[in-house]
Amino acid sequence: MNARLKDPILTQMHSRWLGKRITLAHGAGGRAMRELITEIIAPAFDNPLLAPLEDQARIPAEFLQAGESLAFTTDSYVVSPIIFPGGDIGKLAVCGTVNDLAVGGAQPRWLSCGLILEEGLPIDTLIAVLASMGAAAREAGVCIVTGDTKVVGRGAADAIFINTAGIGTIPRGRHTGPRNVRAGDKLVINGTLGDHGIAVMAARNDLALQIPVRSDCAPLNGLIDVMFTAAPGLRWLRDCTRGGLATVANEFAEEGGFSLHLDEAALPVADAVRGACEILGLDPLYLANEGKLAALVAAEDCEALIAAMRTHPLGCDAAVIGEVHAERKGLVVLRSRFGGERVVDLIDGEQLPRIC
Amino acid sequence: MSQSGMKYVDEFRDPQAARVLLRELDLSIERLGATPSKPLQIMEVCGGHTHAIFRYALKDLVPPALEFVHGPGCPVCVLPMGRVDDCVAIARRPEVIFTTFGDAMRVPGSQMSLLQARAEGADVRMVYSPLDALALAEANPTREVVFFGLGFETTMPSTALTVLDAERRGIKNFSLFCNHITIVPTIKAILDSPGMGIHGFLGPGHVAMVIGTAPFEFIATEYKRPLVVAGFEPIDILHSLLMVLRQLEAGEAKIENQYARLVDPNGNRVALEAITRVFELREFFEWRGLGSIDHSGVRMRAPYARFDAEKKFAIPNVRIADPKSCQCGEVLKGAIKPFQCKVFGRACTPQTPLGALMVSSEGACAAYYQYARRAHIETAA
Repeated sequence: MNARLKDPILTQMHSRWLGKRITLAHGAGGRAMRELITEIIAPAFDNPLLAPLEDQARIPAEFLQAGESLAFTTDSYVVSPIIFPGGDIGKLAVCGTVNDLAVGGAQPRWLSCGLILEEGLPIDTLIAVLASMGAAAREAGVCIVTGDTKVVGRGAADAIFINTAGIGTIPRGRHTGPRNVRAGDKLVINGTLGDHGIAVMAARNDLALQIPVRSDCAPLNGLIDVMFTAAPGLRWLRDCTRGGLATVANEFAEEGGFSLHLDEAALPVADAVRGACEILGLDPLYLANEGKLAALVAAEDCEALIAAMRTHPLGCDAAVIGEVHAERKGLVVLRSRFGGERVVDLIDGEQLPRIC
Repeated sequence: MSQSGMKYVDEFRDPQAARVLLRELDLSIERLGATPSKPLQIMEVCGGHTHAIFRYALKDLVPPALEFVHGPGCPVCVLPMGRVDDCVAIARRPEVIFTTFGDAMRVPGSQMSLLQARAEGADVRMVYSPLDALALAEANPTREVVFFGLGFETTMPSTALTVLDAERRGIKNFSLFCNHITIVPTIKAILDSPGMGIHGFLGPGHVAMVIGTAPFEFIATEYKRPLVVAGFEPIDILHSLLMVLRQLEAGEAKIENQYARLVDPNGNRVALEAITRVFELREFFEWRGLGSIDHSGVRMRAPYARFDAEKKFAIPNVRIADPKSCQCGEVLKGAIKPFQCKVFGRACTPQTPLGALMVSSEGACAAYYQYARRAHIETAA
């Protein structure tokens, strides 16, 4: 692990920890654990709700405006390697949960952070991951207000696992979901497909390919706010994580009871990702993303939506990639560049590189 | 990946060029007098072609009187169940790190796949090249690293060169479980099968890169069928189809090379030398769906016995018959379409494949299942 702290102030603050490793004592509830929490974890997430370090975060009720509702979600992050081009497990743990809230129309507010650390983890790696979580939370405008730390014996985890749960508030008037969708609605995506999947694959030691791809890992709530401003009647959103766009499109079609027709020529894929897919026999439609969303929008709102998305850094490659049809319910159909059609089905297991 | 590199691929995916070729195919089919009820059957031998035909939906674009027959060219598909059982038996030995290409991990044996064996504690690792397996052997001197070598002449050279490298570097804890197969006897077996109705072949481009075009000559001279060695991009496939049809129109049967940008008619000398040095033909080899085919597999020559997993470990060598309900053989020979098989999509699915062709994404049945089943395109026809 070659994670290094770049922030000189943090480096100074943590200097007595550098070069040390996590031991079972750091999870045993005694002095070592207390020191880890107060000197390493809490400063990385610094905020007033966390500061008392109680067993719970106490959130004043007046935050909720009339007509708003709450969104609540949780996800666990077990990515390997834990640091990859464009991100790390900490950034992923914040962005993933922020995005799960935001695609429901919620404005993410508070997160929890559950850490499962493997005995022997270098503490400077932990510091780097926590600093990255803190930075991602600040970028997304959320606070990490409560947490938990466990240490497991060597071999019982892969360096570090993180669980984050999140609470967000849904402004009045945002009602997304399948009931809103109509035939003729457009499917929109905010940028290129598969960057995260290829970046992580390339970062694994077993792939001897130098691929200049960075993960797209990013909090999407800012972009989604821009989208709701431009098209308040946005029909339905999902973030395209594991299983990629193909999986989200199938979820839309099956749960919504309509078919989605994708246009192959309109799908944005970075050249380096396309190249890697050609070599490895992978399909970018199924590759994981961590900063991409698919949105269904009324045809008449589409132009305004795309224009607004392109003003945001995370939406500059926004594109219309498909359309909702009433017939052939539950099916995702891809129209190839030559005009032929094929079904885009759910994948069985993970994509495995082909032999030749 | 450079911009120019991708442009090179884009040339072979140009819709305008495809339209021109499709129009020519239409005209040619008309001149040949083929009809949807009496179609021309063209077999694409290689699984890579099958995959491209489905991925680019070429099947729907070519004239309805032209029928693709999906050949035996997916090495993962044609691997017999007993061989997977042998892999699992080796992989479960505590001293062994068993290495394999990704798509071989899901192939079912009679009890389990390599993925399931890994979940149960076997040390099975995915590699992208046999050289990665050799590097693992060097890094783990107290373990025995076994590489599961499979594939046609396409993957044979890299395995052979890895064995030669292991010998040169004196690495003792590396061995090869050799399941490489050779395409020519297999095409011959298909041509010899009763009721064979294939009019012409798209030849396997990657195999031809290694062996050249001469080994396919017998198809033209003895069986009077045209074969065009084809590349893997959609334009390659359409162009090669047209070349086959043009031969049929002229009443000719020749071996032609559409993939000349990569295939030398004489093959690759270095690759062939490595193969010949390390491997020799087996008397016969068992194929899923096709049964035993004479001289269709290779094994390691005696001087390399110390790198031969079959010599190093006691291998059960169980022979498991293909399930009786499977009609893989008939699909492979073009006698029926995948969706006409009794178990297709019911007992036999990619999650629980009974037959060979449902196993890998390049298998004809898996491709139908993945790309066409839910559209009811075929079942309705």
